[in-house]
Amino acid sequence: MTNEELKIAVSALFPSVTYDETGEYLTVLISPAELSPLMNGLRSNGDLSFDYLFCLTAVDWKTHLTLVYHLQSKVHRHVLVVKAKITDIANPVIETVSDIWQTANFHEREVYDLFGITFTRHPDMRRILLDESWEGYPLRKNYVDENMIEI
Amino acid sequence: MAETEKMIFPAQLHQTADGGIVVSKLDEMINWARSNSLWPLVFGTSCCAIEMMSAADAKYDWSRFGFEVARATPRQADLIIVAGTIVMKMAPVLKRLYDQMPDPKYVIAMGACTISGGPFFYNTYSVVKGVDHVIPVDVYIPGCPPRPEALLHALITLQEKIKHETYFGKSKETGK
Repeated sequence: MTNEELKIAVSALFPSVTYDETGEYLTVLISPAELSPLMNGLRSNGDLSFDYLFCLTAVDWKTHLTLVYHLQSKVHRHVLVVKAKITDIANPVIETVSDIWQTANFHEREVYDLFGITFTRHPDMRRILLDESWEGYPLRKNYVDENMIEI
Repeated sequence: MAETEKMIFPAQLHQTADGGIVVSKLDEMINWARSNSLWPLVFGTSCCAIEMMSAADAKYDWSRFGFEVARATPRQADLIIVAGTIVMKMAPVLKRLYDQMPDPKYVIAMGACTISGGPFFYNTYSVVKGVDHVIPVDVYIPGCPPRPEALLHALITLQEKIKHETYFGKSKETGK
């Protein structure tokens, strides 16, 4: 499907979502509450069948956090980006998608490790790269490290 | 005995009717043997390790100087070439490996990362800024990564250091 066709197909399933069409891929902008039903629909719908989550990451915009999901369909060869905006900086929480795509298990642990975003219903929510005793989340903009020499 | 051979083997040969008598110091003999059979630990954390492997291969062949017996266990090694970036998570592992090595033991810090953190000195939360924060270093090799020749030079420098140690008791120079 082309980006235009994807937009029509996604809108038919989820009329409330908005889009960003400036990039190479069609980007779906949602709130965290919409995540689970949207992702389940994208995966299970036969015309979309996004069966491959090839990137899951987060961005710290200081005022808010964004979860970014890159999805691909191995059947239809199309790509879609989903961005979920988290406004609660102090206690960022979003639902897991590890029940939809197994690969999200480790990706979400990495995001938790480095951004401090908690994923609800995640089967094993703990740090993956850093020490268990590590304090803070290094990729957050407000991260303070006394040993770090900044330039 | 020729002048060059004297430098290689630390002894004087006195000719007698039945052959000869070798006169040497025990320390010098032992150090000669030790420095020519340094067993490095198989330890590499990044690209410097590739250069270290090159130093072991046929082209550079560090076995010419007695370094070829690389050991996969610290208990049989007496030299650790820290070849690559050491991160905070790796530091306790490296310390443990060093502690498990039997004395006398030596450390070569290979490359910019192990000397100071190198390209990861600024704006990094995860990299140890110099491996000498974790274990004592005998020889530093600058470079990113250093060439195999540089590693060989460092190994020969370490040999020179060992040759000047006092094996029975503490060294006058290093205190090790």
